[in-house]
Amino acid sequence: MLLEGKKLLITGVLMESSIAFHVARLAQEQGAEVILTSFGRTMRITQTIARRLPKPAPVVELDVTDTQHLESLAERLGEHTDRLDGVLHSIGFAPEGAFNFLEGTWEDVATAMQVSAYSLKALSVAALPLMGEGGSVVGLTFDARYAWPVYDWMGVAKAAFESTARYCARDLGPKGVRVNLVAAGPVKTTAAKSIPGFEQFEEHWGDKAPLGWDVTDPVPTAQACVALLSDWFPATTGEIVHVDGGVHAMG
Amino acid sequence: MAANEQEILAGLAEIVNEETGIDAASVELDKSFTEDLDIDSLSMMTIVVNAEEKFGVRIPDDEVKNLKTVRDAVTYIQSNQG
Repeated sequence: MLLEGKKLLITGVLMESSIAFHVARLAQEQGAEVILTSFGRTMRITQTIARRLPKPAPVVELDVTDTQHLESLAERLGEHTDRLDGVLHSIGFAPEGAFNFLEGTWEDVATAMQVSAYSLKALSVAALPLMGEGGSVVGLTFDARYAWPVYDWMGVAKAAFESTARYCARDLGPKGVRVNLVAAGPVKTTAAKSIPGFEQFEEHWGDKAPLGWDVTDPVPTAQACVALLSDWFPATTGEIVHVDGGVHAMG
Repeated sequence: MAANEQEILAGLAEIVNEETGIDAASVELDKSFTEDLDIDSLSMMTIVVNAEEKFGVRIPDDEVKNLKTVRDAVTYIQSNQG
């Protein structure tokens, strides 16, 4: 099995439609032990949804904007595991105002940046005491080279996120930890549906993708995350793997 | 055995009470989740996943927006429970 004996920390499991839920599910099927994180009012949902995974998975509280949560993470994880082999970062948020580029306030943008970009560094550093040689951090992005309809400051935050991943790769590489991203095509998750005007992505993606694209299927994206968490990309870091049906390569 | 309307209403009212603190007795069939009971989208998601567990049904994300009143939810659960 691809992840035999691995111990993984998986953020971002909310509903069964969450990409992170499918990463956790596939990881368990591939032999990994999984610990989930959630925060605040979403804890109850994550705990309920966790029971739908093939095997039990504890849920640890982590608000990536809370320094105390971050500083105590490794210690709190110690109740469940003595080490981490991989971390999935599946976290992003922007206030509604950030989805209007010309009107978005700095307050809205700052929140988007902190939760969606800086959090990759914050989470990686928080998990680092438990990680060692062969560790893997994987995050989810939406190709930030372009200006998309409706994505606005979230797109800018994703550009910062992609850059953050490269710097994390630089600084964690000497510690044996890889940092890579999956740039997924649009997937109809709870997070996606909270983006006003998300349907605009859905309509055209499939037409442009040489392989076609199913917005209701999070599995191809989850499979790529599992592959990057495995030992089968040992010399790859700072990379962005596109799981988008091929759209990124088309003119 | 499938639950009847009254049993589903009672079970749903209990879930609503646990999530929001709203008195279970005020969760009545004709009440709207958002307008009368003032339940936000995050609480609604929590209520939905807990109702799924309790009644052994699946309520797809796309269906949730159609569940405007308590009666809508009870009817959906009643006609879809396993």
